[in-house]
Amino acid sequence: MVSLLIHAAEQGLAYGIAALGVFLTYRVLKFPDLTVDGSFVTGAAIASLLLVRTGMDPFTVLLVAFAAGCGAGLITGLLNTRLGITNLLAGVLTMIMLYSINLRIMGRPNLSLLRASTATRLVASTWSPLGSLAVLVFIGLLTVAIKVGLDYFLKTEIGFALRATGDSERMITAQGVSVNTMKLLGLALSNGLVALSGALVAQYSGFADVGMGIGTIVTGLAAVIIGGTLIRSHRVGLMTLSVLLGSLIYRVAVSLALRYGYVVGFQASDLKLITSLLVIIALVVPYVRERRLRRVQSC
Amino acid sequence: MLNLERISKTFHAGADRVLALRNLDLFLVESDFLTIIGSNGAGKSTLLNLIAGTVLPTTGCVLIDDVDVTSMPAYRRARMIGRIVQDPLAGTAPEMSVAENLALAIKRVGRGLRPALPRKLRTRFRDQLAALEIGLESRLNAPVSLLSGGERQALAVLMATLVEPKLLLLDEHTAALDPANAAMIVRLTESFVCEAGLTTLMVTHNMEQAIAVGNRLIMMHKGEIIHEVQGHEKQRASVEDLVDLFARRHVVDDELLLERMPEPATEAIKLPL
Repeated sequence: MVSLLIHAAEQGLAYGIAALGVFLTYRVLKFPDLTVDGSFVTGAAIASLLLVRTGMDPFTVLLVAFAAGCGAGLITGLLNTRLGITNLLAGVLTMIMLYSINLRIMGRPNLSLLRASTATRLVASTWSPLGSLAVLVFIGLLTVAIKVGLDYFLKTEIGFALRATGDSERMITAQGVSVNTMKLLGLALSNGLVALSGALVAQYSGFADVGMGIGTIVTGLAAVIIGGTLIRSHRVGLMTLSVLLGSLIYRVAVSLALRYGYVVGFQASDLKLITSLLVIIALVVPYVRERRLRRVQSC
Repeated sequence: MLNLERISKTFHAGADRVLALRNLDLFLVESDFLTIIGSNGAGKSTLLNLIAGTVLPTTGCVLIDDVDVTSMPAYRRARMIGRIVQDPLAGTAPEMSVAENLALAIKRVGRGLRPALPRKLRTRFRDQLAALEIGLESRLNAPVSLLSGGERQALAVLMATLVEPKLLLLDEHTAALDPANAAMIVRLTESFVCEAGLTTLMVTHNMEQAIAVGNRLIMMHKGEIIHEVQGHEKQRASVEDLVDLFARRHVVDDELLLERMPEPATEAIKLPL
């Protein structure tokens, strides 16, 4: 049970970085970005390729993955802002393009990291005094560092402009900010984080697979929504904290369901269905509640 | 200061085209305060949109301080223009706090990775909000979505003038407010404009207000300036005079007649400028 919780926490934090990326587009920029399903794998694929082929330092690999994700986000951003393709379609198009690109990067549908020196393996051997907690501490430190960095960024002059862009495009244009530039920046940063998360998850689980990104947007949304119901705040630090908490809770719930769900006939393959249903419920409840209120007023 | 030369604007080229502005010339010198009246569809808002850059003219040029800004994107122009629109929801970022909105307005160029809202700035904003005397200084951290329409518009006035703009554009910025709040916003606007001697254009539907405020007044109809008064002539003008003018040009319509009823709150704000 304890080791189940530790593993769930490790995953919750590692996927939490991707959830922060989704938070940045969905909540801050109000841009529903589906690129993430592809950029998550791009991060994993590049990380795996570099580890297997070049034996690059596994921490530097995370930065390379981040940069690749930024590039993916820029493609979606350019399709949307310069070529006028709607936000949803721009994301879908990039996601599908990335599927082919990811296969090109890896050369085959999956890459094993069994014999590579990954960050988690390195940490487990060098931070041995921490025992079975070493990997959790490492992923936790990395995730918290990214959260703190993101918090700082969102409180800078550019960060304020980014937040206001999602809030009111008309207002921020009147304040001398190019909405297009802010969308490009937000999408790049978001997909950078998602790709970094993909690179971390690949190292943690010991492989990269071309299908591992399916549903990244939905699990990210689940984390954002679960967190948002726990902590309602307009303060940046609390909002990002809520996203990480949401991700942790989601992964713990998933682990428990996978471990004990057989009692009610639950299979691992049902996961995406259940997660999507959860997100649908979370999105629909406020909508129905509002509609009911309106009906009462009209009587 | 502001120079509009032979501006025309046509919407929907083709069979159902609308000529919003036709061959319009307008020249403002520094510290001019121009009020603009006219019936619906006269082209008042289009005129302000052209100056702000959210609409581009079909022909003609816009010059600000002798610089041709005709094709400069709206966000670049915004660095020298303060603008307040009718909808209090449009001028502020609702999910961000009062202080954060002010911080956005104080840094119009050269945004970087410096903290946007250091303690020093917060103190300054608190003092500036206190000077508005509507109690906003105690709500520095409240999201703007919780503010009333009047409070949001007051915040918008402060934001538009926080960094002294070369031009201030007021697009019926009191039209969505109740009389008391409208009077409060007019009082604030006038004090800011007077204090800094801002060059201002104000579109209004309220004729009393158009006469009481500013040093110049133009009347627009179907995309043209059909009348202009300024200085002493403007001070002596009455709503009746203006309506007569419209009538003489056979342009009087129902809406204009309705506007003759002066709003009670505007009586108190006749400040000579």
